[in-house]
Amino acid sequence: MNNEMNRRGFLKLAGIGGFILVSGLGGSSVTRAADSGQDGFTFAQLSDTHVGFDETDINPDYAGTLIKAVATINGLATQPDFVVFTGDLTHTVDDPKERRKRLGEFRDIAKGLKVKDVKFLPGEHDAALDSGEAYREYLGQSFYSFDHKRVHFVAIDNVSDPRGIIGDSQLAWLAEDLRKRDKDALIVVLTHRPLFDLYPQWDWATRDGAKALELLMPFKNVVVFYGHIHQEHHHVTSSIVHHAARGLMYPLPAPGSVPKKQPVPWDPAQPYRGLGERTIEAKTKTGLYLLSELPVRG
Amino acid sequence: MRTSGIRILIIYVALAVTINVIGCSVLAQGNEQVIKITAKKFAYSPKDFTLKKEVPAVLEFTSQDVLHGFNCPDLGIRSDIPPGKVTILRFTPQKVGASPFHCDIFCGSGHEGMGGTITVVE
Repeated sequence: MNNEMNRRGFLKLAGIGGFILVSGLGGSSVTRAADSGQDGFTFAQLSDTHVGFDETDINPDYAGTLIKAVATINGLATQPDFVVFTGDLTHTVDDPKERRKRLGEFRDIAKGLKVKDVKFLPGEHDAALDSGEAYREYLGQSFYSFDHKRVHFVAIDNVSDPRGIIGDSQLAWLAEDLRKRDKDALIVVLTHRPLFDLYPQWDWATRDGAKALELLMPFKNVVVFYGHIHQEHHHVTSSIVHHAARGLMYPLPAPGSVPKKQPVPWDPAQPYRGLGERTIEAKTKTGLYLLSELPVRG
Repeated sequence: MRTSGIRILIIYVALAVTINVIGCSVLAQGNEQVIKITAKKFAYSPKDFTLKKEVPAVLEFTSQDVLHGFNCPDLGIRSDIPPGKVTILRFTPQKVGASPFHCDIFCGSGHEGMGGTITVVE
């Protein structure tokens, strides 16, 4: 830990299964994290932006929060190599025309990122009512893989089927994609819903997620980044580490902490509390991931 | 004479309670508890109901519009509820207490509020 980190407010540093979590950092501290030299790179995760949501008691700045998050990423001294949005980009709506309008609005805001390599994933709010048809029209494929500097990324769609499943055909694609990889490969999974049973009582699970985890189990270095639960959460299943991101419209309560899952109302004394995005520094020599949680600033 | 009458009354009442308890038990073992539930955007009716522990239960679901789901993780039961047919789910509740259930098939803008509670009593 250097002095800059101390000065910026180093809230916690915890090592769990090959990642280091850094909370409460900003500005040059994040720049330091992003300055990874030859052995790594940084990408940013934004999630659950829910464009179209308009309840002012939950988020009076519903139209401006994502724009502020984009500005935060653009303000990083060293830009991430790419940005990924892990689903629920829009708030669900029954009218297909309005769904497309919201997807267009989201896409226009995302275009404001300085980084032009932007990856998207659907959430159930975007894709479950039309099996991902409108999402694909506006943002492309809902599941795919790509390689970036020694890391193999796999984006899994567990929302376009309204049952909240991955489905056998996509699982077969995943098996084939992974078959070509060395067991020592660095693999990062991007998805919307948790692949493990985080809290099924609130539908915080993927019904056939265990099948995907079984396919990933033979690999020694797998990390999952997901959204859906609108809060930071870190969990380990066997050797696989799972990190949920904060949302950018409203926080949700901790799993099972209240009888009913409801958005946490806006607190005027602490505006934007619980909202934010993160940068992830991948250390490709060691397989270590440094997570920096960035708050939304008013 | 009066004391004797009171004793007879007490014995009679005790016997009646015993027969009643045994009768209930026999009745419960021989009968299922049936709950008819309709599902439509974005509610179940009834959304809250009570079942007796260790008495076989039959939940009869009917969807009045689209495909819905029923998932009660605490009791380990779930089913799809397709429209146009009655979906029957049989189980025997073993766990006393309140168990929330929800629709686990995304059905529209009010989907996330579609749920209810099964209360199991002794």
